[in-house]
Amino acid sequence: MAQSKPRVKVPKTAAAGEVVTLKTLISHEMESGQRKDKDGNLIPRKIINKFSCEFNGVKVFECDIDPSISANPYFEFSAKVNESGTFKLTWVDDDGTVTTDEQKIEVK
Amino acid sequence: MNLNRRQTLGLSAAAAVVVAAGLRVSPALATTEDADKRIMEFTGGKAPGTGKISLTAPEIAENGNTVPITVSVESAMAGDDLVQSVMILADGNPNPAVATFHFSELSGAASATTRMRLAKTQNVIAVALMKDGSAFMDKKQVKVTIGGCGG
Repeated sequence: MAQSKPRVKVPKTAAAGEVVTLKTLISHEMESGQRKDKDGNLIPRKIINKFSCEFNGVKVFECDIDPSISANPYFEFSAKVNESGTFKLTWVDDDGTVTTDEQKIEVK
Repeated sequence: MNLNRRQTLGLSAAAAVVVAAGLRVSPALATTEDADKRIMEFTGGKAPGTGKISLTAPEIAENGNTVPITVSVESAMAGDDLVQSVMILADGNPNPAVATFHFSELSGAASATTRMRLAKTQNVIAVALMKDGSAFMDKKQVKVTIGGCGG
């Protein structure tokens, strides 16, 4: 499935050492593997199973995802910013598709 | 036994529920024991304590397809006072595991928000594992009007 662009909200600037909140949303049906199609066959599971966030190459936040997470998975978490840099966000699909997004933040 | 109108109605409604439950071919739902087992695996066999962790979930979720939950743990997020991971479980879903958050010193604060599915009215459990090996747990019951696992 062609992945749509994830939506990520990160403040543009922060003070050194400030804890900022990041909000992320990606379009994905998150097929749980529990549902059946109209002929009664199970629809195979297809979800995003991992989400992670790095700042300048250092791990900030990671999430192992199971089928109980809603469609279009939304994550809100925080990060401590000591220096200017780039957040790299990664979503990994069951089928191996990796979607990434990068967001810059400037420390004033 | 004399029944008035209200009692009769109540009885027949209860009977209908029993019949419906018997007829419904439901997927094997997770049990509390299953969730307990996962908590033990997560904490390394230690019974989690209370406090420190707080789980915010709606008391009543009209739509089980998307239930917002927030978990936060009191921690300085530095040195030994660090939250390593937080596991979210739903003891009445077909698969009780919901998500596991992993934090680091760069997280600044051990809190996260997401949206989850709930198949029926059940307990949502959050277990935090600290760097020093201690574990904390919080539990909230969420009443679900429309279940969110299809089927």
